[in-house]
Formats: sequence, structure tokens, C-alpha cells
Amino acid sequence: MFKQTIAITAMNLRAIPQRLGTSSVIVVGIAGVVAVLVSVLAMATGFHKTVANSGRADRAIVLRGGSQAEINSSITRDNMLTILDAAGVRKDASGKPIGCGELVTVVNLPKIDDGNSSNVTLRGSCGQLAQLRPELKISQGRMFQPAVRELIVGAGAAKQFRGVTLGETISFRDSDWTVVGIFTTGGDAHESELIADADTVQSAFRRNMFQSVTALLDAPSAFERFKDALTTNPTLTVDVKREPDYYAEQSKQLTKLLNFIAYFVGGIMAVGAMFGALNTMYSAVSARSREIATLRAIGFGSGPVVFSVFAESLLLALMGGAIGALLAWVFFNGNAVSTLGANFSQVVFRLTVTPGLILAGIWLALFIGLLGGLFPAIRSARLPVVDALRAS
Amino acid sequence: MKYFPLLWATLWRKKARTIFTLLSIVIAFLLFGMLQGVNAAFQQGVNNANVNRLIVASRISLTEPLPISQKQQIEAVPGITGVASSSWFGAYYQEQKNFVFAMPVDIDDYLNVVPEIKTAPEQVEALKRTRTGIIMGIDLMKKYGWKIGDRVSLHSTIWVRKDDGSSNWPFDIVGTYIFEGDESQNTGAFFNYSYFDEARTFGNGTVGWWTVSVKDPNQSAQIAAAIDKLFVNSPDETKSQSEKEFTQSFIKQFGDINFIVKAILGAVFFTLLFLTGNTMMQSVRERIPELAVLKTLGFTDAKVTALVLAESLLLCVIAAALGLLCADLMFPMLESVMGGAVSLPPRVIAIGGGVAVVLALATGGLPALRAKRLVIVDALAGR
Repeated sequence: MFKQTIAITAMNLRAIPQRLGTSSVIVVGIAGVVAVLVSVLAMATGFHKTVANSGRADRAIVLRGGSQAEINSSITRDNMLTILDAAGVRKDASGKPIGCGELVTVVNLPKIDDGNSSNVTLRGSCGQLAQLRPELKISQGRMFQPAVRELIVGAGAAKQFRGVTLGETISFRDSDWTVVGIFTTGGDAHESELIADADTVQSAFRRNMFQSVTALLDAPSAFERFKDALTTNPTLTVDVKREPDYYAEQSKQLTKLLNFIAYFVGGIMAVGAMFGALNTMYSAVSARSREIATLRAIGFGSGPVVFSVFAESLLLALMGGAIGALLAWVFFNGNAVSTLGANFSQVVFRLTVTPGLILAGIWLALFIGLLGGLFPAIRSARLPVVDALRAS
Repeated sequence: MKYFPLLWATLWRKKARTIFTLLSIVIAFLLFGMLQGVNAAFQQGVNNANVNRLIVASRISLTEPLPISQKQQIEAVPGITGVASSSWFGAYYQEQKNFVFAMPVDIDDYLNVVPEIKTAPEQVEALKRTRTGIIMGIDLMKKYGWKIGDRVSLHSTIWVRKDDGSSNWPFDIVGTYIFEGDESQNTGAFFNYSYFDEARTFGNGTVGWWTVSVKDPNQSAQIAAAIDKLFVNSPDETKSQSEKEFTQSFIKQFGDINFIVKAILGAVFFTLLFLTGNTMMQSVRERIPELAVLKTLGFTDAKVTALVLAESLLLCVIAAALGLLCADLMFPMLESVMGGAVSLPPRVIAIGGGVAVVLALATGGLPALRAKRLVIVDALAGR
């Protein structure tokens, strides 16, 4: 039995090149499905990775109650100072709390590839930025100085938008700002931003409030203490969130939408590819009908024949899946794209084809191959030997 | 037409094969219809944009407020027939997901520049009389089962009220409106700017952006430049764009939806071309003796070619029609995901028909050529 199976399967697989035209239908069809599925999922994964990975468990962000995102929020200077003085905030060597009242403004910059004017976040931060966000590293140039119109640009923004390379000046609101540095933050959402000194941004944009307060805590476990201190303070109406929670919430909706598109479109395409696979396998079985009948006549069981049909369809599906995943990986992995994020401004992210996604694509391919092989395999087993032998 | 039975018979020569091919083309057109429909929903705002209107926003970005004092200056620009202010209110009803596109406006100004909004004059009067009045789109009213006279509270994610420090804004529904020519805009709401400006804690005396109507759309580029020139080097520089440019650039910021749709469809149709082409080739190959018989009977080369092409055309057109029909039936399901009405525009159906014909010609072309070149003697002899 086992020997029979091996023999028939090997014989069948060796014959695939003779049926190249019809066999390639399965391969191409499934490659298309898997390529689309993997690319859209890579988009969702990339976005999620960028946004949801922003932040650390021992940092908390404070917004005005019910404002959802920084752009909607507002916090007065007095409240900011109260928040930073609360229990649980880590102090630096001189006893000053480590944290910044920040404001976000949105500025328009043209995109490099199509010139479309896009919203980019200009964040006003404070002198403690380096201590507050140790993951922020200046890769070129230097940090901005307070009280002068200087800003640093995230590596993602520098690649996506025009006019923000080192040494250039940008003008907003009758003021010129010099780009003095390019920074990286390990690929999180802040890399899509421009950052300058909060007081300088406030004066240029004629604001007197902050929009969020981000504080470094003594430890991740200090969060509850910090939160309780703020929520029980009658002078404050604020939402306090751990940074990872805040960013996870921000990425939830788009990730959900992209996943839906991937599975919905991929699913429909998979059904189409399955019909193609059925076609191929039926014609493969009918092309082999004489061979199968001969084998059955000389004593081979129907099991090995069925198995050989399955083996063929699964092998072709696997090839298709691998080609599709490879195409997605070669063309899209690492491509930087951007979309409108929660702060009404662009978030730059990279399409990320992870091994998990490739595996998901291969599984789908095998599933299509299995279904596509099922009915033709049954037919091969039921082939009436005598009639098939007579067939021309 | 008299060859139809022949065509029909050859099409169903191998039932299983035809059905599977048909179904995979149906799937492709189902995707085509749905993706193009969704794309059209996004583009609708662009297509419906009124050429008579300009949007004047802060040059820095849409989120930067503009002073209300700019109104008189803009009105003084020649060729302008109206100026109305709008502001982003960022409201939801009870839960975050129940987003309500409510805008504080001066209702007379707004109706003047956006005449597509149809509402009863006495309701406009009622809005002006009622400080906390609001006029809502009919679809919004329907969604929450509200009626005129109801008092509803909307939560603003941005604005805080001065009197009690809360973000909940009470409104009295005094009327409804219909946006002529674009159903998707029937989910908005308009309320008094005066109420909004008096009650908010910050940003007083500012607006989000100006909507400007012009007399002659051919002049709109010059007028836009003239408006921007008024405020150049002032603290509040502006950027004026036609409504169409404004909408387009806004949609583009979400990512190039058009491109993504086209890329997916490209992959789908390439796959399909391959599949159908293969099936057609196979079917012609198997029928070579039959085609030779037809030729022997006196069918010309051209006629045999036409028969093969007609067969692939029939297959593709039936499948395309079925696919687009399915897409149309599935659209109501997509509404919840898209957050608005989507439907299959006639243009997409027309393009779908065209694509079906091209697909048929592309896949039937090679087999038809083969049928045409067939030499009777060789074919009958099986050579």
C-alpha cells in the first residue's frame, strides 16, 4: 500500500511538466491570492507595529477627560505642574520630576512622492525630552535648543516629506524654523513627527496651553498610584493612561479595517482560485484517466490514486503560495507608506511581512489546494476501469 | 442569432469545467464591483464638490483656527457671493463610535454658500430663535429615532463648556435638512455659531475654516490667490483651494485608496486571464475535429473564428453580469464597515461591461486564431 502510494505519487509528480499549462493555473491563481492577502496584512502589521509599539509601560500620558487623542485635548500650565508633582513620577538627580507638558500642532508639508500637502505633527516638548524618552536618539545633527526656533525631525518624516532635511529652514506663521537634527525612536509613531521646544512652539502658535503631559514613573507598578493621585484631585478632570494602552487604542481601528480588507478580499479571491484549482485537477484526472485505469486494472488500490491527486494539488498550491508570499515580500516588505493617524496627522509606517504572515499565506494556499483536489480525487477513485481503458 | 443554440451547446460541452470557469470570473467581477463601489464612495465627495466654492483654511493646517475678523476682508474681494464659517466640533452621541458630524455655523451665511442644503424656512427661523437649536440631516434623525422637539446631548471631544466645565453640549432639535445630490451628507447637523462661541472656554472669536462661494467658477483660481494675498505676512496666513482640490487632498491623506484598489484588481484580473485563457485553449484543443467538421460543412474561417470568440464573450458577459449583481446585493452588508451608504454606480457597471469584453477578447483570441488556421485534412486526421 505504502509502496504503491509512493510509486504512483512519484510518477504523477514527474508528469506535471507535461501538463504545464493547466498546472500553472493553480500556481498562478494561488500566488495571486496569497500575494494580495500577505501584502494587505503586511500593511496592517506594519501600522500596528509602529503605533502600538510606541511607548513604555513605565510612562503615562495624561489628557483632558474624554478627549481621546492629544490633538483634542488641552491642559493648562497650572494643571501640568500639578500632574508632574503627583505621586509616582520619577525624579532626576536634582529632584525634578521627569516629564513634559507637550503640545501638538499640525503643519502642512508636501509629500516627496506626489507633492500632496499632508498633515504632519509638530510636537512641542521640553528640555527633559532626552530623559523622558531615552529611546529617542539623534542620528544626525544635534538636539534643539530652548528659546530658539529649532526643531528635530523624525527619520520617518524626513524620508516621507519634502523640506525637512538637516540644515533646511521651514516657515510657519511668519517664523522660520531650522532643522538641526534627525532622530530615531526605534520605529515608533514619534518618528513621523517634528519636535521642538514647547515654549517656543507656544509663542509661535500663540497658545498658552498644553495638550498632554507625559511622565516617567518610578516603575510600571507606580502607575496605579499616579492615576489615583490625579483622578482624586478635584482640580483636575483628566484621563490617565499607560503609554502602550494609549497607543494600542489609537491603532485599533485602522488595524481592524485593514485586517477586514485582507481577509474579506483574500477570502473572496481564494474562492475564485479554488474554482481554478478544481478545473485544473479535474482536467489532470481526465488526462490521466487511462493511466489510472491501467494502474487499477493491474491491481493498484484506489487509495494511492486518490493520494497522488491530493499530492499533486497540494504541491502545486504550495508552490503558488510560496511564489505569492515571495512576491509580497520582495515588492512590499519595508516599503514606507503613511496614513492619517489619530492626531489628524500622518503616521509613517513600513509594510512588514513577518514569518507569521508568510505562514498564514501558505496555510491558505494549502487549504485551497486541499479543497481543489478533493472532488477530482473522489472522481479518480470512482473512475470505471473498463470505460476509462476504452476511452480514446 | 441562429447560431445561439450551437454556441450554447459548445459552452456546456464540459459542464463542470464551464461552471468552475464561470464561477471564478463571477468572483473576479464581484470583487471588481465591490472595490470600485467603495472607491466610488470615497471619490463621491470629490465628484460632488461644487466648482463654485472655495475652502479657505489656515496655511499651516486645517487644525489652526482663523480669526472671525477675516470675514469682512474676504467678503470685500470682488467676485465673491458669500462667505460662511465652519468649525470642527468633534461630537459623538453617548458612545465614541457614534460620531456625529455637527458644525457650528451662521445658518443664513451657510445656506447662502451651500444651497444644496434644503430645509424649511420656518425651521431656519426656529434655529435662529433658539440659542441651543440644531438642524439635523434626515438620516441622522432616523438613525437615533430623534424627532423635532427632542433635546439631545452631544459630547464634544474638543470643546469644553464655560458654565459647568463639561464637554456635554445640550441641543434642541428644531429642524431637518436634506442635502441635494449627495445622500451621504444627510448625516450631519448644524447649530448656532453664537451659542458655540459664547459657551466654549477657549478659542473664542475664531473659526475653523471659511467656505466661500464665487460668482464665476472660471475666476476661482484668481479669487483664491486674491484671498491668500490679503493675509500674506499676517499671523493668520490662509490657503484657499477649490472644494474639489481640498476634498481630494484630504482623501489622499488616508493613503492612495485608488492605487490599492487598482493593484488588487490587477492581481485578480491577471490571475483570471490566465485561468480563462487556459480553459478556452483546452476547450478548443479538444474540439479540433469538431471545428474541422464545421469547416468541411462550409463554415468560413471567419465564421469559425467568430464562433470561438462569441463563446468566450458569452461566458465572460454572463459571469460579469452575475458578479456585478452579487456585488450590488452585498453592498448593504458593507455599509456598517464603510460607515455610510455605498452603492454600485452606473459608471462602474459600464466599466465592468467593457472589462468583460476585453477579457473575452484577450482569452478567446489565441484559441480563435488557432481555430482559424486549422487545416481541415490535418485536423480530421488528428495530426
